[in-house]
Amino acid sequence: MKNIDSYGHLRGESLFVDDIITRHDTLFGLVFDSPKAHGKIISVDYTKAEAVKGVIKIFTHKDILGENQIGGIIQDEPLFAENEVHFWGQPIAFIVAESEFIAKKARALINIEIDELPIITTAKEAKEKGSFINPPRSFKSGNTQNSFAECDYVYEGETFSNGQEHLYLETQGSYAVPMENGNIKITSSTQGPTIVQKTVAKVLGVNMHKIEVDVIRLGGAFGGKEDQATAWAVMTALAVQQLKKPVKYILNRHDDLRMTGKRHPYESTFKIGLTKDLKIQAFEVEFLQNSGAAADLSPAIAERTLFHATNSYFIPNVMSTVYSCKTNLPPNTAFRGFGGPQGMFVIESAIAKAANEIGVNKRLIQEANLIAENDEFYYGQIATQVEAQKSWLATKEEFNLKRLEKEVKTFNKENLQFKKGISLMPIAFGISFTNTPMNHARALIHIYQDGSVGVSTGAVEMGQSVNTKMLQVAYNTLGISPLKVKLETTNTTRVANTSPTAASATADLNGKAVLQACNSLIERLKSVACKMLSVTESEIIFKEDQVFVNNKKSDLLWEEVVTQAMLERVALSENAHYATPVIHFDKTKEKGHPFAYHVYGTAITTVTVDCLRGIYEIDAVKITHDFGKSMNLGIDVGQVEGALAQGIGWMTMEEIVYGKNGQLLSNSLSSYKVPDIFSVANKVDIIPLETQGNDMAILKSKAVGEPPLMYGIGTYFAIQDAVAAFNPNYKPKFHSPFTPEKVLISLYEK
Amino acid sequence: MIQFILNNKIIKTSSNSGMTLLDFIREKEQLKGTKIGCREGDCGACTVLVGTLNKNKISYQSITSCIYPLGNANGKHIVTIEGINLTQNLNSVQQSLSENYATQCGFCTPGFVVSLTGYVLRNSKENLNTINDAISGNICRCTGYKSIEKATKEIDEKLIFKDADHQVKWLVDKGFIPDYFTEIPKRLNDIKIQKLNSISGTIVANGTDLYVQFADKLSEENINLIGEESSLKGITFSNKICTIGASTTVTELLENDRLQNIFPKLNSFLKLVSSQQIRNMGTLGGNFVNASPIGDMSIFFLALNSILRINNKNGTTREISFQKFHQDYKKFDLKEGELINSVSFLIPDKNTFFNFEKVSKRSHLDIASVNTAGRINIKNNRISNAYFSLGGVAAIPKFLTKTNDFLNGKTIDTKTIKQAERILQSEISPISDVRGTFNYKRLLAKQLFFAHFIELFPKKIKFQNLFS
Repeated sequence: MKNIDSYGHLRGESLFVDDIITRHDTLFGLVFDSPKAHGKIISVDYTKAEAVKGVIKIFTHKDILGENQIGGIIQDEPLFAENEVHFWGQPIAFIVAESEFIAKKARALINIEIDELPIITTAKEAKEKGSFINPPRSFKSGNTQNSFAECDYVYEGETFSNGQEHLYLETQGSYAVPMENGNIKITSSTQGPTIVQKTVAKVLGVNMHKIEVDVIRLGGAFGGKEDQATAWAVMTALAVQQLKKPVKYILNRHDDLRMTGKRHPYESTFKIGLTKDLKIQAFEVEFLQNSGAAADLSPAIAERTLFHATNSYFIPNVMSTVYSCKTNLPPNTAFRGFGGPQGMFVIESAIAKAANEIGVNKRLIQEANLIAENDEFYYGQIATQVEAQKSWLATKEEFNLKRLEKEVKTFNKENLQFKKGISLMPIAFGISFTNTPMNHARALIHIYQDGSVGVSTGAVEMGQSVNTKMLQVAYNTLGISPLKVKLETTNTTRVANTSPTAASATADLNGKAVLQACNSLIERLKSVACKMLSVTESEIIFKEDQVFVNNKKSDLLWEEVVTQAMLERVALSENAHYATPVIHFDKTKEKGHPFAYHVYGTAITTVTVDCLRGIYEIDAVKITHDFGKSMNLGIDVGQVEGALAQGIGWMTMEEIVYGKNGQLLSNSLSSYKVPDIFSVANKVDIIPLETQGNDMAILKSKAVGEPPLMYGIGTYFAIQDAVAAFNPNYKPKFHSPFTPEKVLISLYEK
Repeated sequence: MIQFILNNKIIKTSSNSGMTLLDFIREKEQLKGTKIGCREGDCGACTVLVGTLNKNKISYQSITSCIYPLGNANGKHIVTIEGINLTQNLNSVQQSLSENYATQCGFCTPGFVVSLTGYVLRNSKENLNTINDAISGNICRCTGYKSIEKATKEIDEKLIFKDADHQVKWLVDKGFIPDYFTEIPKRLNDIKIQKLNSISGTIVANGTDLYVQFADKLSEENINLIGEESSLKGITFSNKICTIGASTTVTELLENDRLQNIFPKLNSFLKLVSSQQIRNMGTLGGNFVNASPIGDMSIFFLALNSILRINNKNGTTREISFQKFHQDYKKFDLKEGELINSVSFLIPDKNTFFNFEKVSKRSHLDIASVNTAGRINIKNNRISNAYFSLGGVAAIPKFLTKTNDFLNGKTIDTKTIKQAERILQSEISPISDVRGTFNYKRLLAKQLFFAHFIELFPKKIKFQNLFS
């Protein structure tokens, strides 16, 4: 089944926040943000701006009736700066005017005086100065100290992985409308409707029931609208509360780039110990996460970094520590993979370093250490239904790795200006919110009296086709045509207290709730139908819009059963709640079983580097991926391809640059490049791994949103392989992205 | 009064000619299928088609409406996604995208559909455009493009039997476009177009640079549009001289048969310049006066040892060597009331060798870290004249005077080129910025200088000899 939104998308008829019909008296907002990265606000003069014709009001922290606080995990982020600013782009005021154009004119007339304070832009510097978001966390298994002493090889090294701009094509935005009795309805481009609702209520000083948040769909999010869609929604609601008029705010691209956080840059150090048989015996790692100026989701992201510090390898002795370092950058935030990719980059770097020092092919070390059934992940979860080795071997065989390696070798022998490189990248990614209490969802299903069905869930549609999957679950379970089912907007008045659409787990959580709700409805309709047909419940099923008795089509139609159920006053609506069983994690011991299951897979990446110009092409990425029993392979393959391109972008061309003064320099689409059609891999082959699937996954179809992003890490090491083939003096460095600049310099380093 | 046909509707508007077409479409006409992604022509979400009538034949080009002045729509057929939709069914382009799962979040999708429709309306064997060139200016952050590529292959296959002589009718019959398209040429002919006369306004060719920087300011103006000015258009060849009007677009260069013959690799050079949407708008004159030290067209024409003809508003003209035009960072030799009229150069003969190189973080639709062009004339196995230019290494697009002087009279061998490269390094002064550190730019300058010779004289100059 195609994405159910395809038709509207292709005709330009799908609605995003900026497209909905606004009331004619709608006002427009614009943020005035800090032009310095750190300092004391001496004065802000709004008089000239307020005098601009068409400016209605400029809101500051003084206008807040509730709390000036939007922090989630930690209450450390004001909506509007009060006395100090902590990052370039920090919101200070919200200009509301008759048009965006007028608001922009007014913004240019605001005078601010800031007494600048010293700034920190790197994690390392923050650590040296003791600037942290929260105390560090450490996971531990075995005893690394003792183990290193017994290792044949011990190596240390350092890595850096840069941040990454989400570059959702639809920028952040919100439209808030006053309803009666002081209630406010907000249409927001957010992954977390409940987060928006809760935060608006807190800042406005009202109860949550006064605030309705509706989400139609998002034009991309990738984590960037999990926590960071909130501020703009709150500002529009704040203005509505006081002006009693609708207020719309759609960020322009430059403001969005400047004011919002990104994937966290990490500076890390590692120590890896191996025995002669290439078994990794011990691994120590220290992650310095550049969290930015406020916590946002950083502590949770740091935690996931620890969970994925060993990727898909079993290492008996591990000691990992992460510091969330407070700097004067915009608060960094969720981005597909949520700290996992940063963790995996380090272990892959450590293996590459060891391979280079020992003088063996990196893949031999990878292969020797893949996690096996009943091994223990170093945080205590026993690995079951493990597909690490299976996917590795399948990848080698299906794509004939030996031949590929030989081709690379031959090519490199025959060519001087061009060199090829090859790498393997296994992944193991845990599915569930690592914060166990968040693993729940609800679905509200109405069967209308004509037999059509409305489905509401807490899932937000943002291109991943979660609504298509929900529809599949619903119509298959009810046994009716998909045309009878509609996916409603995500709305806090229909499905409340939701977890954000994140962690790849949304289809699982909400799908299970839809399944439960549909099953309950079917039970009730079965009892109606069997009275109508004088048969027992065990004999009938619903299929093809009809009732089947002992697998034979009866004359009884779905609609007729629904009509009869109405007459009998049977409830045709159902609200189901699902909470993931089994999972738990004890933060005092840092041990537990945090994940419902893991997703596995292996990718082979081949690249060609032009050693004259320092540019490169990705020839192919060949993947065996563990989809479980995919419920929609077309959509799931699309997720793999899209995540891969983002992962490759992160590893190659996407380069966030801040000036020494904390100003974002890669501040436009002309200076921050994401992959275009010419820069993705020339060929992407994806083979679904034959597996049983996992019962914790919806219809055994495993989560797919985040895991494949990490295949992109393979590109870094493939380029490195090609560079090494050209330059025997090259000393491998682990400093991503591997831009053409770094490639050229590496090719000619002495 | 600006008049044009928007999809199937006649528009007469007194809006400022400097307003962006995007704002007009979304705000005045409430057509919300055209999306706002970046407002700098770098994402393609706002792509629309511009149909221009020429002798009763209409030709369509894709452009990014966020940096296109409304005034340029005067007398044109503007097509948005809404104007491409069939009443009920998906059109043929949309079907292929749908079948191949080529839409995810949907925000970029209308832009892709419009760009691809531009391709089906325009492609021909002559213009050398591939279907993926058509979407070179469209960014998708969800799909990773592989599904889109599958769809574009399929669309290309559907076009194999396109009837080139009656293509609009053929495309209507095959369900690519709605049938009102067939009436458009006649309806455009019937419009009595008024020339927009706003001499006092800001001079704008097609605005691909000005609108990135000053869209708000320009939207308040009736601007002085020169992009369509016939005296500034056209590519002519006479007496061994090629003359190109300053308002000629990069696409017009790319699609010129004669230039393709003169520069056999023109296509691969110019495909590195921005995206198709921007090439359809960006003019030579605009690139010259933008005066970026890294302007692709400046670098290209510097190496052709070009002459600029400059008009004064009094009707007098003067000619200067292009090498003298750029004086300092963003400073150039154009006085009040002057306008570049054309650029001309000696047509290369069989003893002339020309090459263009560009390296950027992303190979397409990106600003170069370093770009360079070189023209070498050979006489009696020696270099009679060398003209190398280098961008991104100085305050202006750099003409490498000393390097060129050194090369004149020399034979082409590895030792000479290595010596020339050292001279090259002495006349550049790159700085570190978002496009690269100065060390990188120096190294890249060396590499690309060598690349010219490896490309042009593969028998004499070998990669391995330069780097041993």
